[in-house]
Amino acid sequence: MTAVLVFVGAMVGAPLRYLTDRSVQRRHDSVFPWGTFTVNIAGSLVLGGLAGAGTALPSPAMALLGLGFCGALTTYSTFSYETLRLVESHAHFYAALNVIVTVIAGVGAALLGYTAVAALIS
Amino acid sequence: MTSDAELTEPIDPDVDLRVRAQRRELVRSQLPVLGVISLGGGIGALARFGIAQWLPTGPGQFPWATFWTNAIGCFLIGILMVLITEVVSAHRLVRPFIGVGFLGGFTTFSTYAVEIHNLLKPGSVGTAFAYLVGALLAAGLAVVLGVWFTRWATGVRRSAGGDAA
Repeated sequence: MTAVLVFVGAMVGAPLRYLTDRSVQRRHDSVFPWGTFTVNIAGSLVLGGLAGAGTALPSPAMALLGLGFCGALTTYSTFSYETLRLVESHAHFYAALNVIVTVIAGVGAALLGYTAVAALIS
Repeated sequence: MTSDAELTEPIDPDVDLRVRAQRRELVRSQLPVLGVISLGGGIGALARFGIAQWLPTGPGQFPWATFWTNAIGCFLIGILMVLITEVVSAHRLVRPFIGVGFLGGFTTFSTYAVEIHNLLKPGSVGTAFAYLVGALLAAGLAVVLGVWFTRWATGVRRSAGGDAA
């Protein structure tokens, strides 16, 4: 049952990542991969919030929204591939910036989501 | 536009979304793409879930399941991207299904971020930073190895220009 919920959540998260990436990338000229950045930070914020709910969140909901939806909305493979592409096109500054900013913003978003939800439900 | 252009670049600047007919055309051409991304993403997430069940991580422990999942996914995307952009002309649904769908659903950034946050507690701060840096290094190394290995195995030289993705 848990596996089905993970599967269904991911079936929504993955295409949403693609659509978000396309619509974000269309709106700027920078080589910085803002599309992947956007989904990764949004997913970290939501998953942080789900974790902050703790035992108040039923485990099927965590499987659907956390493991499935947020897991598939965010990506590590595209993040590292796009960073490599920046290095290969000699955009070393953007490559370093992509890694540093994504990690700091991602952990920050997880912290924000966790703290806000934990405070709201306590 | 040709299907070759869709293959390598996900961005479609030729479509003017303000034009209704072009919008409908975009939706029609995008439905199979969204379908295979959805299916691939579901399968990838199931594989990630399977690894997480097989390698459970206790509180305060190094999250090996996510670490290996992301490293393997990065190695595979390196192989895939060299194959479909430098070696063969793949079907237009190959990258959406395997790259955006399966590998995107398999690897995860949100779990990585939340795991770091969870480890930032007394007693496991060192593990948090070891995981933060270790996962980045492993992912970077994996994607480079995937790309190099595939270029070496197929005898393809690095494509000239290295146009930005």
